[in-house]
This record gives sequence, C-alpha cells and structure tokens, in this order.
Amino acid sequence: MADNELIWRIAGGSGDGIDSTSQNFAKALMRSGLNVFTHRHYPSRIRGGHTYVEIRASDEVVDSRGDGYNFLLALGDSFARNPKENAYYGNEEIKPLSENLDDLREGGIIIYDSGLLDASEIPDFEERAEENDWHVFGIDLRSMAREHGREVMRNTAGVGVTAALLEMDLDEIENLMENAMPEKILEPNLTILHDAYDMINEEYEFEHDLRIPTGEHDEDQVLISGSNGVAYGALDEGCRFIAGYPMTPWTDVFTIMSQHLPKFGGISEQVEDEIAAAALALGASHAGVKAMSGSSGGGFALMSEPLGLAEMSETPIVLVEAMRAGPSTGLPTKPEQGDLEHILYTSQGDSCRVVFAPGTPQEAYEQTRTAFQMAYDYQIPAIVVIDQKLSGENQNVPASAFDREPNPSLGPTLTEAELEDAPHDPSGKFKRFSHDDPEDDGVRPRSLPGQKGGRFLVTGNEHNESGHIEEDPDNRITQMDLRMKKLESIREHLDSDPESSNQTYFGPDEAEYGIVTWGSSQGAVREAVERLNDQGHSVKAIGVSDLMPFAEKEVTEFLESVDEALVVEMNATAQFRGLTQRELGQFGEKLTSLLKYDGNPFEPAEIVEGFEIQIAGGTDAPSANTRLEPAVSD
Amino acid sequence: MSAFNAIGEEREIDRDEFTPGIEPQPTWCPGCGDFGVLKALKQALPEVGRTPEETLLVTGIGCSGKLNSYLDSYGFHTIHGRSLPVARAAKLANPGLEVIAAGGDGDGYGIGGNHFMHTARENHDMTYIVFNNEIFGLTKGQTSPTSPKGHKSKTQPSGSAKDPIRPLSLSLTSGASYIARTAAVNPNQAKGILKEAMEHDGFAHVDFLTQCPTWNKDAKQYVPYIDVQESDDYDFDVHDRGEAQDMMYETENVLKEGTVLTGRFYVDEDRPSYQQEKQAIGEMPEEPLAERYFDDDYEWERSYDLLDRHR
Ligand SMILES: Cc1ncc(C[n+]2csc(CCOP(=O)(O)OP(=O)(O)O)c2C)c(N)n1
Ligand code: SF4
Repeated sequence: MADNELIWRIAGGSGDGIDSTSQNFAKALMRSGLNVFTHRHYPSRIRGGHTYVEIRASDEVVDSRGDGYNFLLALGDSFARNPKENAYYGNEEIKPLSENLDDLREGGIIIYDSGLLDASEIPDFEERAEENDWHVFGIDLRSMAREHGREVMRNTAGVGVTAALLEMDLDEIENLMENAMPEKILEPNLTILHDAYDMINEEYEFEHDLRIPTGEHDEDQVLISGSNGVAYGALDEGCRFIAGYPMTPWTDVFTIMSQHLPKFGGISEQVEDEIAAAALALGASHAGVKAMSGSSGGGFALMSEPLGLAEMSETPIVLVEAMRAGPSTGLPTKPEQGDLEHILYTSQGDSCRVVFAPGTPQEAYEQTRTAFQMAYDYQIPAIVVIDQKLSGENQNVPASAFDREPNPSLGPTLTEAELEDAPHDPSGKFKRFSHDDPEDDGVRPRSLPGQKGGRFLVTGNEHNESGHIEEDPDNRITQMDLRMKKLESIREHLDSDPESSNQTYFGPDEAEYGIVTWGSSQGAVREAVERLNDQGHSVKAIGVSDLMPFAEKEVTEFLESVDEALVVEMNATAQFRGLTQRELGQFGEKLTSLLKYDGNPFEPAEIVEGFEIQIAGGTDAPSANTRLEPAVSD
Repeated sequence: MSAFNAIGEEREIDRDEFTPGIEPQPTWCPGCGDFGVLKALKQALPEVGRTPEETLLVTGIGCSGKLNSYLDSYGFHTIHGRSLPVARAAKLANPGLEVIAAGGDGDGYGIGGNHFMHTARENHDMTYIVFNNEIFGLTKGQTSPTSPKGHKSKTQPSGSAKDPIRPLSLSLTSGASYIARTAAVNPNQAKGILKEAMEHDGFAHVDFLTQCPTWNKDAKQYVPYIDVQESDDYDFDVHDRGEAQDMMYETENVLKEGTVLTGRFYVDEDRPSYQQEKQAIGEMPEEPLAERYFDDDYEWERSYDLLDRHR
C-alpha cells in the first residue's frame, strides 16, 4: 500500500455523471503531479443500479485499484430525475452510502448528500463511523446544485467539497471543466464548484489525517485505458480497417477506432454479426489493407470459423478478445480471465495463431503493434487478449513511451516485377503456397488481388502450391509443417531481442518464491510482491504476455529459479496454470493457484494473503473471494 | 501505383483469358448445372472488360464453391455461408477490383442468409451469384432452403414442412438494386445477365437455377423456362418496385408448378452504392485504401493528437 495515497470513490446510480466527473477529477490529480489509476465498477443495466469509480492517486507508481479506499463521495440516484419522489430509500435499491461502507478504510472521509438522505436513518451507521474513525460530512449538494443550475450538477458540488477537504487548488479542475463542458452548462457548474469549495472552507471545521501528496506536473503524462492502448497501437501500426459488432467490453476498442478511422483515412464497419466481422477483416486484409476485428467471449465464439480460415489461408488479421466473466453471457460488465483456452484453441484443427495478453495500457499499445507485426510478417492471425478490467481502467503513462513511428509494411508481399520471376504453375497461377520456403521461416511471400502475374487461389481446404484443393499426403505434410513452422519462427523472433520482451518482471532478481500471472492481473501482483518483500518474504513475479507461442524460455528460467510459485489468475479452473504445465511439461509440483472469479479484480491484499497461506503450509482458507488450488502433488 | 498496375488497365481481353489452360478439371458430376454457370461467367467476364488480375471471385462451400478453382482470376474459396462478408470487405479495401461472390442456395440463403440480407441492404457494389439447385449438393442431397414444401430427403424423411424461401422477393425487400434469375440451361441469357450484373453499380443478385442430376432428379421439372423480357405475356417495368414485386411473387409461386420465369426482375440505377454512401458521409477514402501501403509519399497519420486529449 502506498503510504500516502488517496483512493477516492464516487458512488451513485448510473446516470449520475459518475464517469465524466471521475475522468476529470482523475486528470486533475494527474496534473497535480500524481500517478493515477482508475477502476470502474458498474452493473449490467442502462439506468439505475449501483456503480462507482475509484481513483487511486499517489506519488508512487500505482497500477492496481489497491485495497479498499479512503474517501467516499456518495451521490444520490433516481431522486434527481424524479423530483416528485420524496423518499430516497424504500423504493430504490441503490444506497450510495450504505452499500459502499464495507471497503472504506479506517480514518476515511465520507461526503454524502444530506439533501437526499439522512444518514442517521441508516442502521448502524453512526456506530460504524465512530468505530472506524470516519469523518462524515453530510452536505446538501442537492440544494447547492439547484440553486445555480440543475440538480444533476450535484457531482460538481461533490468535487468542490472534495477539493476543499483535501486542500486542493481548483485551477486544474476548472481548466478541465472548461475543456470538457459546453458553454451553456459550464457557467453554472463553475459557480457550483466554487460555492461548494468556499462553503466548506468557511463553514466547516474539519480535521482528518488524509493528506494527498503533491508532485511536479509532468507534461508528458497521459491518462489512458487499455482500450485506448489497443486502438492507438493499431492506428500507429497502420491498421486502416475495422469491422465489428458491439459487445461489452470490446465495444470500447471498437468505438474508439470507429471515431478515429475516418480521420485517418480508414474504414470502420459495424456489421450484422461477429462471423461477418471477422470475415470482413479477412477480406480487407486479403485485398491488402491492415485490418482488425474483435469481440468479447460470445462474439469471439462466433469468429471461430473465420479464425480457422485465416490460419489455413494464411491471411493476416488481428483480433481483439476483451474478456468478461462467462460462461455464456456471464457477468457482462465484470472482468474475468476465463476465455484463455477458448482463445488458444477455438476453431477446428491444430491452432496456428499468435496470442498476446498485455497487462497495462502501455503494454496494450505495444503488444497490439507487435501483434500486427507478427500477423503481417508471418501471415497468421494474431489475437490481443484484454478484459473488462484492462479495457476500462485508466492509468497515467508517459506519452513519450509510445513509439509512434508508423509502419505501413504489409509483410512479405511481392511487387509485380518480383512476381514476374516468381514460380508459376503451368496455367499461369502464382505459386503463392510454394513448397520452397525462401527464408526457412515458414513464410511464403504473397501477392495481392489486382497485381499482375500474382493470380492464385486461396482456400480453407488443404491446398497445393497455387492454392488448389489438394489432398495428397505429401503435400499435406509439407503445407502443414510450413504453417506450423511459423510459430517456431515467431518464437525465435520474439526471443531474439530480450530487451523488448513482452514478459514483465517484478521483485528482486533472486528470490525464494515466485508469483506467476498473466494479462491484467499483473498490476495487483506487482504491488503484492512489493509488500511481501517489505514484510520480509523473498518473492519475485513474472507477468506473462506471450501465450502462443508460449514464452517457454522465460517462464522456464523463472520457475527453475524459485522453490515454489503461486499462479494468480481470474478464473475458476486454473487455465493459465494448465497452459504453463502443458507447455513446459514440468513444474506441476511447484505451482499452486490463487483463483478469483467473483466478478471483481484482485486486490493486492488478497494476493499477499494467498501467498502467505500457501507459504505457511496451504491449510487455511483464503478470503471468501478467492480460492487456492493446490499443486498436483499435494 | 506500382502494386496494382493491372487495375484499370485498358486492353482487349481475350475470349479465353479466364479459362485455365490445364487442370484442374471440374469435379462436378456429369450434367451438373454448375458447368453452365462457369461457362456463362467465362463468356461474360471478357466482355465486361476486366482482366483476370482485376477480378476477385469469392466463393462459399458446396459444389458451387469450387467455381473459382476452374476460373483464372484471383480467387478466395472461403467457408460455408461467408463469401459475402469477405467479398464486400475486399471491395471496400480495393474498389478497383471486380468483386464477385458465389455459392449455393444452402450457402447463400441458409447459413449465409443474414449476410445476404445485409449485403443487399447496404447495396455493396458487387455481384452475387447463387447456384440455386434446390438441394444441398456437396453433403449429398439434404433438403435446402429452396427445396419445395414436401421435399423428401434423408434428413426430412416425411417431407419438408416448410415453404421454400423466396430469394427474389427477399432480395428486393432487403434492398438489392439489381435482381435477376437465369438458368444453366439458358447460356445466352445467363451470359447477358451476368454481364449486366457485373456492370451494375450496386448489389447485383443473380439467382442462377442449376440442376443437380445426382441428388435432385426433380430438377427436370425446370422446363419450360420463359424469359420475361422476351415474352409478351409478361410486360412489366423492371424499374418499378411494385411491378417487380408482383412478378417475383408470381414466379416464386409458379416455380412449384413447373413453369419458370427468368430474366431481369428489378433494376434500380439510381440508388447509390454503399461505397458512394460511405464516401458521401466522409467515411470512405477517395482512393483505394490498399494503395496507401505502396505509396511512398503518403503521410501516415499518427496518434499524437489523440494522445494529447488525454493529457
Ligand atoms: C459451418 C458448416 N456447416 C456445414 C458444412 C457442411 N456443408 C458443406 S456444403 C453444404 C451444403 C451445400 O449446399 P449448397 O450451399 O446448396 O451448395 P451445393 O453443394 O448444392 O452447390 C454443407 C451443409 C460446412 N462445410 N460448414
Ligand atoms: S452433387 Fe449435384 S450440385 Fe454437386 S456436382 Fe453433382 S450434380 Fe452438381
């Protein structure tokens, strides 16, 4: 836990402006020189339902939501939209105050809207506040908002109160509001902001221990989500075609791309279903454009067949799989890492694809670029796996960390001049799937429809050199081996530059124990490792991104160097541990799983606890929200 | 641009240019209607003026899906029902290509029915040929969406309880801007219709009646074929939606009874193609996207401005 951190939670109903308010506030904190991480929790409902956003800000690195929080701004809900309704409780399930108390830390601050509710009516509230030393401020945000604007502007009043209590400057907040709000609503909002701020300073005596650190504003910092990372990575890499069908949380990437592609001279297509979406990406790529598609679990299931077609026809495409909790439609707005095996193996035949699972927004950017490079250089589908957590979380990263050099290369593609010398069959077809492999890497350069001398047939059936259906056993073996060879070459390619490895390491180089994780659980693991070492344990961790071809060398080295390791992932069947054991053919006895699948991401404390239980002998039960799965030999 | 010199090339196209000099020989059964489609296409294509290199023939899975194996052009033999989405994206990516999609009635009206509806609705500038043999050929004779009600097969032993799909009416309702029906036994008409379809700016749907002597002996009942444009009994305006609708209704009913009407049923030259619509709203580049990657002078946009908004 960072010593000096603010974790501000704004809670209320969907429609309370929680998203926009928190975005602005998070940016204001970043601009005041802090590291920022946001976590969004919302139910699968359009209106109503309890939602919150947490903003964690610290002068130290923050890349997880942290444990609990220390500042609650509890807004009301439907009351604002229905002035005739007088009682807030009783006919609404959303209790922005009482529902949020469980994770509020000792000494924490609460602001609630006394215009909407009377805290003394909440059972046990006063006792709990006293016990936990909470500083409670009932403030009539509603009247404040009504006086100068509209009732929905209560969120702005809440921000004003927050700023006053934390002794923050209003400059950054004002600035951001000016950028984000249309003229008409800006004025009343600014008035409300100031009124709230002044009122607290003038009328309230307040004393609390919460101090947020201050830092130097670093102009280079940007606050972005994993979805931004994927989309911007794709755009910088030269992706100019996307086809998709909405499904949470993939919709974020799809939306960002759709908004920007036309400006970038590209095309975005919202189509009839996910089968079509993936097939469109294939068609565009076949014709010579860098293309992508994607979905979440259910939609990705529909892409299974076009995905196989991309493998067999050696058509480069990038697919995004933004996981949410399953099976089936599962928990539509909650994260899980449960689609791993689905992603690795879906579609008929032997899997021949590349799969990366970035762990942070910055990695999402970098690995999306790498995914495009692998896809086009090796004529293979590449899948970028993110999840509801990574896609919606915002984190500050230095903009200069992004290498924005555009890459228009389509991979090995012949020019018309080169095609003249290329091998052709007797009817004049280009041997695009030639048995000769010029680079010995499994890749045969392609031609594009429209090129002279490049005519070939491509099919999802097994085929001969010019692409005709062919069932001859020798040809089959040659073609199959060449396709599979690409995975080996990609592994060598990725291993050739340890500097740009996709795996991320935390903790000391030498340690007794290890933690292994993948994808978006990485941030919480990093923090847990820090705490464990602070507490005297000897632990290091690896966050694995290369799932296919698997980061065999790096994970083997890591596991050989530790006595035992905890595998942390958000699913119920230890899919990543299974993959690791299968890929490496060993370590079954060294690995224990810490699993979580309740719809919420790991908190660092849960990992610390899981680790301690395991090290202490693996007998106690971990917290109610996680589950330990012992090593095979146990 | 160096990569696609073939596109837009003005030259006399040889009559046999789309005919492969050698194997593979078609593996279709003797007497199969698919030969007729291949022949008509080989004859129509040179007259359209596109070179084999500029032509991309995308097929689905079925006996019909093998069409591009026997035609010299670029070809993408995709998966069952999915030729349309692949084809329309290829056209969006490189509008210089002559894009044709083809497949069976199971492929196009069954498993790919959704794509058919939406491609027609969007009016993509391409041609779609459906080999309508009223049966699943490749999987050995099961009832297809166009098989008549009562049709018996191994999977429908008591006869189908379903009315067949009405492909022409469906196409019209969905928004296709050129709709015709022809038949493998009418090679001249077929050739003319295919040529028109390819020259049409918009989604041209050709329901191509093909016989499957192996699994659908009833195919014989397809005679006599009447050309609605040639016969005085069928005077209607192909540009009029309502009249077209009535004619379609008629032919889709009489098909069951043994007389088959063929010809053009609907032609709408005014409806802008999808590409034009997309261009009008600024979501489709003027020059072919695919050429960008070969244009050394092209300025690639980067995410700078986008990132700035997150500062
Ligand atoms: C997803 C999927 N389902 C089923 C099949 C099996 N299959 C191949 S062809 C075909 C039907 C072919 O009938 P049709 O489309 O009418 O074409 P025809 O063979 O008559 O030309 C089927 C069901 C398949 N290849 N893929
Ligand atoms: S099964 Fe029928 S459709 Fe297929 S090739 Fe034979 S005759 Fe033609």
